[in-house]
Amino acid sequence: MGTKVFSRPDCLRDVATHYCPGCHHGIIHRLVAEAIDELELAPRTIGVAPVGCSVFIYDYIDTDFIQASHGRAPAVATGVKRALPDRIVFTYQGDGDLAAIGTSEIIHTAARGENVTVIFVNNAIYGMTGGQSAPTTLLGQSTTTAPKGRDAGADGAPIQVCEMLNTLQRPAFISRVSVHTPAQVVRAKKAIRRAFQCQQEGKGFSFVEVLSACPTNWGMTPLDANKWLEQQMLPYYPIKDFRIPEGVQ
Amino acid sequence: MAEKVLMKGNEALAEAAIRAGCRFFFGYPITPQNELLEYMARHLPEVGGTFLQSESEIGAINMVFGAACAGVRVMTSSSGPGISLKQEGVSYIAGSELPAVIVNIMRTGPGLGGIAPTQSDYFQATKGGGHGDYRLMVLAPASVQEMVDLTALAFEKADEYRNPVLILGDGVLGQMMEPVVLPEPSPEKTVEKPWATTGKGDNEKAKLITSLYIKPEEAECFCDHLRAKYSAMEERETRFECYRTDDAEIIAVAYGTAARLCMAAVDMVREKGIRVGLIRPITLFPFPSAPLREAAEGGAWFLTVELSTGQMVEDVRLAVGGRQPVDFYGRSGGMVPDPRVIAARLEELAEKKANAETAQPNEGGAA
Repeated sequence: MGTKVFSRPDCLRDVATHYCPGCHHGIIHRLVAEAIDELELAPRTIGVAPVGCSVFIYDYIDTDFIQASHGRAPAVATGVKRALPDRIVFTYQGDGDLAAIGTSEIIHTAARGENVTVIFVNNAIYGMTGGQSAPTTLLGQSTTTAPKGRDAGADGAPIQVCEMLNTLQRPAFISRVSVHTPAQVVRAKKAIRRAFQCQQEGKGFSFVEVLSACPTNWGMTPLDANKWLEQQMLPYYPIKDFRIPEGVQ
Repeated sequence: MAEKVLMKGNEALAEAAIRAGCRFFFGYPITPQNELLEYMARHLPEVGGTFLQSESEIGAINMVFGAACAGVRVMTSSSGPGISLKQEGVSYIAGSELPAVIVNIMRTGPGLGGIAPTQSDYFQATKGGGHGDYRLMVLAPASVQEMVDLTALAFEKADEYRNPVLILGDGVLGQMMEPVVLPEPSPEKTVEKPWATTGKGDNEKAKLITSLYIKPEEAECFCDHLRAKYSAMEERETRFECYRTDDAEIIAVAYGTAARLCMAAVDMVREKGIRVGLIRPITLFPFPSAPLREAAEGGAWFLTVELSTGQMVEDVRLAVGGRQPVDFYGRSGGMVPDPRVIAARLEELAEKKANAETAQPNEGGAA
């Protein structure tokens, strides 16, 4: 008789997602769901959904959810966590959401060391609005609003969010991972689980940046997008554990 | 036990909120409402509550949004320029049907304006302010006592209607001291909130708080639901005060600080035997249109008095519906009119009305 070694996480709903082929949100959702299941957090978890492609995360992950306005999820999470300190509160945000309109909220939530978890999905472009520049768009990368490629003189340099947050005193856990290969997916899972564990143990603000592909708006096949992520994004956004608190496995 | 104390408006409002069961306050400093914030910082921790000074007004209102989702009684306060920044969040709170209390102690505008008292945020308060088809219940106190009483009401109504309630005061009310009777603390009065996102527990279905309706049919259905809620507020929650209006030929219409000035002016004019009165809206939304319409049908003329260049006067004109003349007197930029000047305007209007009636004796005051 066979042994079941792999199945859908309990808190990942059995529905088809709306994401484009080759998009990594589905994988990242799954990793979040696995971490919540393994730590048995679902009954007391409240997710804060962003504005952007992943706004419908609440249709896929089976925990309580709040849909926040653009960029403000960390402030909303602060309000929830202050009111319900024994619950697990996490935000799931894209780079347009977190690194552009929401820079103030993420920096100050991290600076306060709020005991919440932030999953930051960086695909270096605006997805839902159709491929405009993000603060994380790489130099030379073409977008609908940088048709000749991002130019540092005109558009500034891309923001390295983990490095920026790592200058602050209070964050407990900061890590950058990717999901473009199976090995990296395993590593990403570990970081996400650690981030939730960090919150569970009351250690404070935990942050995971997940590099991900947007084949549709990058104008590539899913395979080429994975290659582009590895060749173009990784040198500028290195995979790294920036900060891990003691005692978090 | 209820106690009578001398308190500054901003502090009395803060104390009333605590006594109404508010345990969470998120805010950002701006004059002339800082005492409210500071009072909360000092006294909320004493009752096990949480005060947090946010990084911005936008941060504050979204913390309010989060705490409201968790089902607790929560408040924020600011003044005009800060309220402008909060409007995005206020729209989301209304669109997510969450109870929260927001206080605007008005200063002058537009732009940075000044810290002196005005009523120039009437449009912003009553006509949406943020994006979308929504309304706030707007309460307009005219005394420190009313700041206390209406704060308790604000929390109650916010919970009842699952809608943000705005208390619209001004720099005079915030800064002045008056004796007030504080109510008994009622932290246990909070209502059941089965919709709150507190974690789904072991057997429950996950709860979702969102204001996103992608399908137009669903979005319209939701907007109709909100419209029904606002209609219910109009039917049940309209509040106003009539002062010496029974036989009044000229009726001043004013709220808040302007209403107090008008009350003094009405008394002065009455001493001369001229029949004037005051209708003071206490709820600015829902707006008390009915008493104004009835007074107009009875032949009265109107003088709207505001500490602005004329905002509420538009609602007064809508209510009066062209039946009778509606005059306007306002000072702006933080200038507060002398009641004697208002009295002179009322007298002038009374004379005009008398002349008009003499000229057309058979037509009365009908327009």
